[in-house]
Amino acid sequence: MPQKHSPRDHPGPTRRQVLNQGLTFVGSSLALWIQPARATPEAMRAAMRNVTGEATVGKGKVKIELPALVESGNAVPLSVSVASAMTATDYVKSIHVFNERNPQPNVLGVRLGPRAGRASFNTRIRLADSQTVVAIAELSDGSFWSESVDVIVTLPACLETL
Amino acid sequence: MAHPLLSVPGKAKRGEIVEIKALIQHEMETGFRVTNDGKTIPRDIITEFLCKYNDEEVFRAQLFPAMSANPFLSFFTTATESGTIVFEWSGDNGFFATASASISVE
Repeated sequence: MPQKHSPRDHPGPTRRQVLNQGLTFVGSSLALWIQPARATPEAMRAAMRNVTGEATVGKGKVKIELPALVESGNAVPLSVSVASAMTATDYVKSIHVFNERNPQPNVLGVRLGPRAGRASFNTRIRLADSQTVVAIAELSDGSFWSESVDVIVTLPACLETL
Repeated sequence: MAHPLLSVPGKAKRGEIVEIKALIQHEMETGFRVTNDGKTIPRDIITEFLCKYNDEEVFRAQLFPAMSANPFLSFFTTATESGTIVFEWSGDNGFFATASASISVE
């Protein structure tokens, strides 16, 4: 009669132990992978409060343009414009741009005045990930207006090693 | 290092809104990149851009590491009178560069 092996006949770890170890390893490497410091939506909101204070921010008036799909996050064309007459009494004072998931929430802040004629600028920015980008404009009457845009980045910037 | 590149219309009508473009050669090192041996490369960016039209400030920008290398900005101003438009860039490690262009207004 052939000898029956009980499951615990062989020394060494059981299948359950091996599986558990594997899970722990996957878990810890995931934690490491998520680690790199990133701005968060909360950090972005804090940065926006630094600009707006306690004022309420209206939706609209601002137009923010980014390509919907970005191949390289290293130089993404950004254009922001604000609907404003740009007269001596009614003009855009400043425009600030923020992001959710770069290492820092600020992108740039510009100051302009009635002499600009048109409240609009173009630039090129870095994006570390697919995320939401927000522009906030401060008008001469002290009101704030904002607009946001979602962008998908396939090759991120900022965090690569050399 | 640091070659500014400007685009300013040489001539404009009085009251015309003209577009100005300014680019400067600069690495804009973010301070977040790490070398293979684990050292963080220190931040080295331009933090401030300023444009003055006949000594009056018409546009100013505060820049952060999220700006691309060789930062580029285009914006508008009203052509009020003939004169000089001066651009200034300043930043980390005492960086300072300036450039100017003249505009004639009829």
